[in-house]
Amino acid sequence: MDFLTWFVIVPSLTVIGIVFTKNMKQTRLAAALGMSVQLILAICLVFMYLAERRAGNTAEMLFMHTHSWFSSFNITYSIGVDGISVAMIMLTAVIVFTGIFASWMVDFLSREFFISLILLSTGVFGFFISIDLFTMFLFYEVAVIPMYLLIGIWGSGPKEYSAMKLTIMLMGGSALLLVGLLGIYFNSNAGGGALTFNILDISKVNIPIEAQRFFFPMTFIGFGILGALFPFHTWSPDGHASAPTAVSMLHAGVLMKLGGYGAFRVAMFLMPEAAHEMAWIFLLLTGFSVVYGAFGAIFQKDLKYINAYSSVSHCGLVLFAILMMNKTALNGAVIQMVSHGLMTALFFALIGMIYGRTHTRMINEMGGLMKVIPFLGVCYVIAGLASLGLPGLSGFVAEMTIFVGAFQHADSFHRILTIAAASSIVITAVYILRVVGILLLGPVKNDHFLTFTDAKWYEKVSTGVLIATIAGIGLAPLWLSDMINDSLNPVIIQLSQVILP
Amino acid sequence: MTAVIPLHYFLIVSTLMFFIGIYGFLTRKNLITILMSVELILNSVNINFVAFNRYLFPGELQGHFFTLFIIAVAAAEAAVAIAIIISVYRRFTNIDVERVDTMKH
Amino acid sequence: MDFSFTVWIPLLPLILFVFLGLTSGSIRPKISGYIGTAGMTITTLMSYFVAYQYFFNRPAGSETFEKIIAFNTVWLNLTEKLQINLGVLLDPISVMMLVVITTVSLMVHIYSIGYMNGEKGYSRFFSFLSLFSFSMLGLVVATNIFQMYICWELVGVSSYLLISFYYERPTAVAAGKKAFIVTRFADLGFLIGILLLSFVSGTFDFVSLTDPQGALITQGSSLTFMGLSVMTWALVLIFMGGAGKSAMFPLHIWLPDAMEGPTPVSALIHAATMVVAGVYLVARLFPLYVFAAPDALTIVGYVGGITSLFAAVIACTQNDIKRVLAFSTMSQIGYMMLALGVSGYGDHHGLGFMASMFHLFTHAMFKALLFLAAGAIIHAVHSNFMTEMGGLRKYLPITHITFLIACLTIAGIPPFSGFFSKDEILTAAWEHDKFLFFIEYAVAGLTAFYMFRLYFNVFWGKDRHYHHTPHESPLVMTGPLMFLAAASMFTGFIPFSSLVTSDSKPFESHIEWMIAIPSILIGVIGILVAMWFYKKENGISEKMAGGLKHLYKWSYNKFYMDEVYLFVTKKIIFNNISRPAAWFDRHVVDGTMNGIASVTNRTSSGIKGFQSGQLQKYGFVFVSGVIILVFTFIYIWFN
Repeated sequence: MDFLTWFVIVPSLTVIGIVFTKNMKQTRLAAALGMSVQLILAICLVFMYLAERRAGNTAEMLFMHTHSWFSSFNITYSIGVDGISVAMIMLTAVIVFTGIFASWMVDFLSREFFISLILLSTGVFGFFISIDLFTMFLFYEVAVIPMYLLIGIWGSGPKEYSAMKLTIMLMGGSALLLVGLLGIYFNSNAGGGALTFNILDISKVNIPIEAQRFFFPMTFIGFGILGALFPFHTWSPDGHASAPTAVSMLHAGVLMKLGGYGAFRVAMFLMPEAAHEMAWIFLLLTGFSVVYGAFGAIFQKDLKYINAYSSVSHCGLVLFAILMMNKTALNGAVIQMVSHGLMTALFFALIGMIYGRTHTRMINEMGGLMKVIPFLGVCYVIAGLASLGLPGLSGFVAEMTIFVGAFQHADSFHRILTIAAASSIVITAVYILRVVGILLLGPVKNDHFLTFTDAKWYEKVSTGVLIATIAGIGLAPLWLSDMINDSLNPVIIQLSQVILP
Repeated sequence: MTAVIPLHYFLIVSTLMFFIGIYGFLTRKNLITILMSVELILNSVNINFVAFNRYLFPGELQGHFFTLFIIAVAAAEAAVAIAIIISVYRRFTNIDVERVDTMKH
Repeated sequence: MDFSFTVWIPLLPLILFVFLGLTSGSIRPKISGYIGTAGMTITTLMSYFVAYQYFFNRPAGSETFEKIIAFNTVWLNLTEKLQINLGVLLDPISVMMLVVITTVSLMVHIYSIGYMNGEKGYSRFFSFLSLFSFSMLGLVVATNIFQMYICWELVGVSSYLLISFYYERPTAVAAGKKAFIVTRFADLGFLIGILLLSFVSGTFDFVSLTDPQGALITQGSSLTFMGLSVMTWALVLIFMGGAGKSAMFPLHIWLPDAMEGPTPVSALIHAATMVVAGVYLVARLFPLYVFAAPDALTIVGYVGGITSLFAAVIACTQNDIKRVLAFSTMSQIGYMMLALGVSGYGDHHGLGFMASMFHLFTHAMFKALLFLAAGAIIHAVHSNFMTEMGGLRKYLPITHITFLIACLTIAGIPPFSGFFSKDEILTAAWEHDKFLFFIEYAVAGLTAFYMFRLYFNVFWGKDRHYHHTPHESPLVMTGPLMFLAAASMFTGFIPFSSLVTSDSKPFESHIEWMIAIPSILIGVIGILVAMWFYKKENGISEKMAGGLKHLYKWSYNKFYMDEVYLFVTKKIIFNNISRPAAWFDRHVVDGTMNGIASVTNRTSSGIKGFQSGQLQKYGFVFVSGVIILVFTFIYIWFN
């Protein structure tokens, strides 16, 4: 069995294991165990990857493995990773791991809950290791479906509505995406070979420009919906607001990254000409959504809505950077995906923990929590500071890489857009400090708050791991950035053929 | 031999019966009348069978056999249908097809 | 001389921050105070050692002070050319700043042991102080502009944390938020400036950016935007960042509110070190300003001049002693900016640069002293308002003397240090721009007046009714006062023109008595007027205020700048951008999505009647279909 397949097998085994557990204690123990193994695997993968690169292996993808699956259509189970997927796998492993601890106390149908959660993560892991478009799409769907159940059953508020909205919008995206992927597939024989779904093979073929013009927007929007591309982002506030803690974490932390990753790996990488032609439309949209999401966040009253809009802004920045199409900006986009994933997961974890105590998420009903739950309060402040781009935490690295990269663009249109997008750092500071000021600081608003207990051990594990990762990336970003940088070369070569002549 | 009644006389009668049956089947709301319409349709087919058998293949008997079968089956069917109708009537005190719609919801 | 150990100067406070932050709550608060202070002492000693080695032990035969990169490591690679390094750059201004920061920081640490005694969050306070010291030290030794930006943000956040230190007090929370957001807005300018600069030059590195023989200065950039060269834009935007941190008009509004923080914090951050970061930034990029964008330098000078006058006028009418000091800080920083604005490059032309750095140095000492003394006063009478004070000289003798020394220093009375540095600034202004020169004369008089207004109101005049008899602070608080008073008295004799100059070459400077004597006289007049008004309560000041009613009212209300900002942010930005954005999202964007969903719903409920489940209807459709088909086929066959 090759190494990467374990990333799909371990969660599947965990799911099977959970089926046989008897009560909540056993269930969560099994889930935690499985995901710890997964986290260790991911860490091993990072080290193996770096060792392999240091040993001079310059292949585009490492740890490749191909197994024919449906030979008449040339669909294969092809897997392999480069620096970008390694980073995303690491991110997913951390978030799923912490998500398990954040939902330690789910007692309603806990077995089914953990099964769905881990099933979802299986899809995500599979997505990141696939280099076959069809397999990728398959895993993508595996990740989307459990989301419906998780929100619809364990959610809060208007959960049926939110679950329905989220699923239908994402399914709409999938429909576009499927057409786009098939379009790529049926044009993949332009070089004279057989039709193929394999990304690496397709990248060597020049898809005719007419086809690209048609299929690039479909693929990009299809992934963009998942990445909260304006104006298809409205599932995100409602979805996040209704989802249970771990699901919000996974969704904002990882699932939205599927969009950015796909837009980059499939849309941009395979159809660079059309990407270059149409980038300006999407640049305007994403540049707008960066500022717009931030402004939208100022006026929200529900903690989760604030965070959802902030995600719109930050994920907009990811797509924005991808469309800038130079190495630094792309590097920044990937770091931003990792960074946003971690900090938004931290945010949602903390919101869940605060909600578990106060039973409200409305900020004007809370106040002075720093005094009663200092540990969670400090964590929330750290998350906020990461979100507004404080140096030493991951957000700063990502944003600065993006801004510097995007600003190196030769075209002044791109540079002006960059300045506009950069103005979001001020607005972000406004809404973060507003929340921190109202929620945590000031006098204790309600005497009932004085009875709260501070974080339990499992909550400390969950937040501690996330904060350590955020600070780790923020303090020593070089290894991550270099790891991503190496893997960007194929894309840059693809793009330079389009942009330079 | 007296003048033979032409085949199309039978066919006209059976066609009329068939369409009267169809009409009744589509328009009547009462289950009993619907059942009666179905009987009409069946019997129009019976007439056709017998008539064609007699005129086209006088030496054969398949048409007659078929007709007998249909009569037997129709009798069984009527028995079952009336049993259902009676149960429906007992349950809903009414045998109007449009009102008996509990299963739809 | 190997200077690589200097990397520990910023790192030691960082380690202290992490250590104190993690152990906060698990070790006794007193202990963490001592640990923090001990660490700061080591850092201070290292800085003094570096300064001694750098200034007085330089390699024989070298005329100039070389820029030494003591340490440099890659932090992040951005493009092939651009990379962010973290390192230590030693040159005259950074070494001077090391001395200033560590000295004031150490004094504040010691003072806080007494001042914060018994406060909740004592160890948190010391860990934040360490964080601030780390960021500020990292800022001044930055080898490249991006490292400076990194530390710039970190000092911003430590300032936020320290202003909101009393986080249960809503005003403190609001003040911290305001400080952070206003400076963040300015930092956006800084960031864009950095982006522009790096786009033109392809480097972040200070040494190559500011090299007078470098390509950037000798060739410049042909790019223009809206009629101004890109260099001017970049440097004006960078100055915007500096103006935000240094509370220059019109980005000053956060500084008076920042006085909500504990007084030692005001002394360290909002008087001596962080607020001069803007001055330091301009000084750091000074060759660029002089050669590549003289227009930007003129802007710097005028902003400095306007701020110094504006703040001095406001300071004359404030009643909260910390706010008076805050406006005085603004005014003095305006002086420094102005000095940079009127400076040229190289030996005597660079007088303004030298004067600015000199004033920065002396100001740090005497302003820290003023704040710490104010802290001692507040500690004694539990009030911030000078209307509730009076006759305190009997109760607080040491504070009284040190405060008086500081007031004389800031008023520019010889032989105190403020006289020397202010005189150099005036000389530079005289040679460059007469208009700014006369503004500075006016400000000198106002400064003397408002400082002595404060002094006489607090220490002379009538005894007030105090809750308990005010008593002098313990030695741990008065010690730093005395040290800083000595520094204020004697640092004026440091021969700055042979140490810290624009081109790192020493030059001769001497006091221009023709300019100095009128300025002393103006200072003395200011003092005498204040004495006449306030030494005894005689109602003259009220009459004067009545006579200048409008000016008084505007000044008392800080020229309504806060209201203007509130109007712009609350009324315009929040109500006209943010609220509509939130509404638009809910009702238009999301409305469209929900609209599509409801159209689908309605269409399906419209056609669901066809699937009624009634066999008769199906049958009807079926039969009619058959009939239509039959007739169609018949029709086709027969044609």
